[in-house]
Amino acid sequence: MVAEGRAAGAGTGDEFDVAVVGGGLVGVATAWGLAREGCRVVVLDEGDRAVRASRGNFALVWVQSKGLGLAPYAGWTIRSSNAWQGFSDLLKQETGLDVSFQRPGGFHLCLSEKELEARATVLKRLHNQPGIVDYKTEILTHDQVKAMLPDIGPEVVGGSFCPLDGHVNSLRLFRTLHTALNARGVTYLPSHRVDNITKDGGEFRLTTPHGEIRAAKVALAAGNANMRLAPMVGLEAPMRPERGQIVVTERLRPFLNHPVVTLRQTDEGTVMIGDSKEESVDPSGLTIGVSATEAERAVRQFPLLANVNVVRTWSAIRVMTQDGFPIYDESKTHPGAFTVCCHSGVTLAANHALTIAPMIARGALDASLVAPFSARRFHVQAAG
Amino acid sequence: MFKRLAESSPAVGIIVDGKPVSARTGDTVAAALLAAGIGHCRTTPVTGAPRAPFCLMGVCFDCLVTIDGVGSRQGCLIPVREGMKVETQLGRREAGR
Repeated sequence: MVAEGRAAGAGTGDEFDVAVVGGGLVGVATAWGLAREGCRVVVLDEGDRAVRASRGNFALVWVQSKGLGLAPYAGWTIRSSNAWQGFSDLLKQETGLDVSFQRPGGFHLCLSEKELEARATVLKRLHNQPGIVDYKTEILTHDQVKAMLPDIGPEVVGGSFCPLDGHVNSLRLFRTLHTALNARGVTYLPSHRVDNITKDGGEFRLTTPHGEIRAAKVALAAGNANMRLAPMVGLEAPMRPERGQIVVTERLRPFLNHPVVTLRQTDEGTVMIGDSKEESVDPSGLTIGVSATEAERAVRQFPLLANVNVVRTWSAIRVMTQDGFPIYDESKTHPGAFTVCCHSGVTLAANHALTIAPMIARGALDASLVAPFSARRFHVQAAG
Repeated sequence: MFKRLAESSPAVGIIVDGKPVSARTGDTVAAALLAAGIGHCRTTPVTGAPRAPFCLMGVCFDCLVTIDGVGSRQGCLIPVREGMKVETQLGRREAGR
């Protein structure tokens, strides 16, 4: 494990090409990509008590539903979904660790005709947007779902299926990326919460409780904390965090070959049940009613779960931008400063490592790919 | 390995992996298995290592067995009943059992 405090070799005389602020999944995926480009990288992270979505997420690599309201987000998500196998192969080559990425296609299950109708309407609206990439999501009847998920209950009236949906062992992904960073000589500094950022004489100075870190560029990948950090470098990241809860069962023999948006069986056999949303941003404690509702719906979807033992529940704070779509920006007033900010840090990890990081290494975002994700969109909405 | 201090309470017949085993009223399933000299009651989900009842007070979950068709029951918390069917649980539990 990495020692707390200052890592060896990070004396004040050291300089870095890029300081990545945030050591969660978005930060470490970006940092790894930067290291692959030959950059000298430092990752400035909070400590073990950081509110960290990377340890509480649901681990889907998910496509269906993405992009309603911002069509390019669908294409961006598919790009990452398509890059994910290669990304996981690269990580395995470097670390020997298998993050268990699978893309068998995933379901959204509906427990009433009304839910199924609402689902079909969402998909229709999504697909009717100009410039949308068709990602082949189909509405299926009960019988069609049952042919692929034999254990569904009679209350499942149908659902939607997208062949591009998948999942991964996200805790192992987090560990694997840290292992890969370490192997590539990236400096990882925990307990280095960034208090202030200034630009002086062509370099950024980042103030932390353990001294100042200097770097030619800065990538802000601090999740919801980007809201606080972005204005320091002439950027903005309007966020609205929300809380989700997850219920985890004991390990079971494999029965579920496809992830469902609210329920999946991990490679290790546990079943994760989740997808609740609460406005609360208190990361400690659980709303029991929310867990109970999640469990009740899970049993209606898969009745064989009725007697299964629950071994863990937790709540975690989602990183969420104000409109739910990613924010990638480069600063006009502080050239060399970038924001990398999104909700889906697992799904988009391949993009962050293999597409965003090379752009940051070159010093400019590729507008043809990421212009729609600038935070400038929030001003357009305000003006409208 | 284990010896009963007294054989006073009435006998209860249970079935363990299809074979009759004699227990005593008031025994938990775990106690009955240990008294019958059964070496392990489950194997672990990941490595398949054998496990036997350990803490006997509901904490360690090493005594998980399938009882009357329901998997992952804590043998140390469930008293034996005449005709009860106990099965060794091999690896991960099967959902629905």
